[in-house]
Amino acid sequence: MATTTGTALPRSANVNLVGLERTDYKGLPSTLCQGCGHNSISSQIIAACYEMSVAPERLVKFSGIGCSSKSPAYFLSRSFGFNGLHGRMPSLATGALLANRSMKGIGVSGDGDTASIGIGQFIHLLRRNVPLVYIVENNGVYGLTKGQFSATADKGAMLKKGEANPFHPVDICFEALAANCGFVARSFAGDPRQVKELIKAALSFEGTAVLDIISPCVTFNNRDESTKSYAWGKQHEDPIHDMTVIPMREEIEIELEPGEATTVEMHDGSRVVLKKLERQYDPTDRMAAVTLLEQARINNELLTGLLYLNSNQPSLVDIGNLVLTPLSQLAEDVLRPAPATLELINSEFR
Amino acid sequence: MSQQPVQEKLTKAQPGDQPRIVNDFSMVVATVNGSGSQTSNMALIRALFRMGVPVSGKSLFPSNIQGLPTWFTIRASSLGYTARREKVEIVVAMNPATFLEDLQTIVPGGVCFHPDNFPAPRNRDDVVYYPMPVQSLVKEIDPPKELREYISNMAYVGIVASVLGIELEEIRKALFTHFRGKERAVESNMNMISRAYAWAEANLTKRDPYIVQRDHQTEGMILVDGNTAGALGSIYGGVSFSAWYPITPASSLPESLTEYLPKLRKEKDTGKATYAVVQAEDEIAAAGMAVGAGWMGARSMTATSGPGLSLMAEYVGLAFFVEVPVVIWDVQRMGPGTGLPTRTSQGDVMFVRYLGHGDTKHILLFPATPAECFEFGWRAFDLAERLQTPVFVMSDLDLGMNTWMSEAFEYPEEPMDRGKVLDADDLAQIGVFGRYRDVEGDGIAYRTLPGNPHPLATWFARGTGHNENALYSERAEDWASNMERLWRKLDTARDFVPRPVLFRHSGAHIGLIGYGSTDPAIQEARDRLSAAGVPTNYLRLRSIPFTLDVRAFIEEHDEVYVIEMNTDGQMRQLLQLEVPEHAAKLRSLSYNTGLPLSARWIVANVRPGKEG
Repeated sequence: MATTTGTALPRSANVNLVGLERTDYKGLPSTLCQGCGHNSISSQIIAACYEMSVAPERLVKFSGIGCSSKSPAYFLSRSFGFNGLHGRMPSLATGALLANRSMKGIGVSGDGDTASIGIGQFIHLLRRNVPLVYIVENNGVYGLTKGQFSATADKGAMLKKGEANPFHPVDICFEALAANCGFVARSFAGDPRQVKELIKAALSFEGTAVLDIISPCVTFNNRDESTKSYAWGKQHEDPIHDMTVIPMREEIEIELEPGEATTVEMHDGSRVVLKKLERQYDPTDRMAAVTLLEQARINNELLTGLLYLNSNQPSLVDIGNLVLTPLSQLAEDVLRPAPATLELINSEFR
Repeated sequence: MSQQPVQEKLTKAQPGDQPRIVNDFSMVVATVNGSGSQTSNMALIRALFRMGVPVSGKSLFPSNIQGLPTWFTIRASSLGYTARREKVEIVVAMNPATFLEDLQTIVPGGVCFHPDNFPAPRNRDDVVYYPMPVQSLVKEIDPPKELREYISNMAYVGIVASVLGIELEEIRKALFTHFRGKERAVESNMNMISRAYAWAEANLTKRDPYIVQRDHQTEGMILVDGNTAGALGSIYGGVSFSAWYPITPASSLPESLTEYLPKLRKEKDTGKATYAVVQAEDEIAAAGMAVGAGWMGARSMTATSGPGLSLMAEYVGLAFFVEVPVVIWDVQRMGPGTGLPTRTSQGDVMFVRYLGHGDTKHILLFPATPAECFEFGWRAFDLAERLQTPVFVMSDLDLGMNTWMSEAFEYPEEPMDRGKVLDADDLAQIGVFGRYRDVEGDGIAYRTLPGNPHPLATWFARGTGHNENALYSERAEDWASNMERLWRKLDTARDFVPRPVLFRHSGAHIGLIGYGSTDPAIQEARDRLSAAGVPTNYLRLRSIPFTLDVRAFIEEHDEVYVIEMNTDGQMRQLLQLEVPEHAAKLRSLSYNTGLPLSARWIVANVRPGKEG
């Protein structure tokens, strides 16, 4: 019997390690549709940040444009955020997170924002391994502009007017794997516990963590045959493992039989416990992830969970060899070289 | 700048000798792109500079990596003029493909240096020829095959130096500067140069009037390009973040950042970087990164040219509306379209002033010299943070990439202005905060930076309509009052931007307005005009929005010529909007061929009393 534990800290039941209650992580009331998958994801972001004892002022929110991108207003009001441009959130986050390496970044995007207009920036974000939790609220449709196909729409999906989509969908997890992303996950807004645990794991990962979360659009793309609908998700979801994240410094204990689960330690000391379900799956095997996705596509399944994890890649902050003090907080005497250096430079141009 | 009229400086040498022309010529070196002639040309120009002779160097090069013709013009001027001239006294013809063409550009009595294996020219008997045994000189040295062409170029350096009287020791020192003290590189080049020099001394008789003599006009000056200067200015301005995408003619600015930042801005104890430079996937991303970093509180910049700006328009407009400080260098090239990537222009003025959809207006600075590129390099950050908005530094290919004699860089005389930023202690004291609240009536609201732990500090940056508290708002009053405040802020900017430089001439009724890299041509033209009985006053603009000096200058003159390098007289149009009641006074002198402006063109086109 293996036991996984953390250090216990005394505290009241409703308060986390930074002294905040769950409601301290709330945002403004959502203006999205009733039943929108995005609202459910916002709730899980709130829960995950609470459970991970994230200090709100140490977290910064980013988004692009679209329904998904409105949602950062609906969680963590006590965190700064920047609602940027359509498909251009990755660059915004790249600059901001390099400018202040002490901030934890969480970006919310949609399938149009990521896979259509933003596919270029998305790939380059992954290529650079910017430390950012990148959530795609994937519903296969443009909501704010009233129901056009996005790049993840099913082939053969029908518009209300009866027009069928002739193109293959972009698979965001496939793209992430191809771009060598070190944290690739798929989930379903109808599986809130898994969404929450994946967000917690992503928050403890240093590098880009991609979460492609099927998040049904109840207004434009929730017909039962749509792979982005609640009904289809509920019928076809097949978690590849049961996941629990034990935050750093937490007292949770899980008792496991040998061989029943694998535990992975994350960058911040948190541990991800992956409990085996029906299949044997090694999330550190990139080829296995590719195979799994392809099988899921062929078998018409919604395989969810942490598809791929590689914690050994340097993040952009590491690659930049940045000073520990955030660049945005450097003092003038650090930023402006001394006068003598300029004399030397002038002499070099004579 | 001298007020003397221009004249060829003729001094009689020994009786019976032909007149000597001292330190006054334009020399064009015609080579093939990619042949490595840059080292040779820089050796010549820097040696002249080190001898105290005012010089400028302009490269006319194709958009090509290798094989097409390229020309480098060195102008020496005892009067200190550095603008492009339309006349050429000396040609060093190293490109057989353009040899006959190049011959045609020489003034009567001028000089042509050429390899002795070039076919004999027939049609210019009025030119002094100096055939150069380039092949046999190279053979003596027997360099590796891949270096042969490069070493050939060193041959002309030695021969030209001998014939004109450029000191060999100064060429050595120039190479030392060029190779940053790498002794071996200097010596291997000097080997060829010295041999060629010795050959010329032994075998050539001087038959032309052009000579170089030591002078003392470059003391305290430096020889540098504007892009290097801009990068260094940015570093002394404390740049901590830069994202960019390669584009001619801007690339050498961020590349200079990458070169100098590790030398100047590594943390002493750890060797870690106090900056980040990212080569983005495109200009859209470069702008996005720069805006993200500026919002976070870094001193953030990017550099690009016209086509890149088209892509950046999206984030620049957002930054204007969200009020994010960011510095953007536009090293202008000829557009529209891909245009002429390696030719200069001032064609982005109007575009940049209004870059972005909806009501957008930006702050533009116009440096005219490398020293000013340096100054605006650091000052732009102060302005951007003071005014919480994008600030554009409008350079161009001529200023950015060519070799300019400039005042030395001056260390910033003022501490950094980080603008209106509230930290947690400030908020605890004030007890109230609205991100877009105009507390002081100058249109500039206070900002807080992400990471500020005070509960009041947080705000959500958005490109959507917002009220004083940065909350989403579609209310008509909120939109209108926010835009009014932004316009108030642009008005406030007039108190902070660099004022124009004014050059006066007694009795002048004619005003000239120019900006940026046209300054040397305008200065030279003013001397010539004044010699011809047309004195002028000259206002060199350094910023948009215009300061009150500009209106006063226009009011004061009967006629004002706005001199610029674009087709549509863009600055003139902006000035007409500024002083509509004087619009008719403003005449457009616009020159837009891709070549830097010449004094001759200005003189020919300033025709007071005639319809402009």
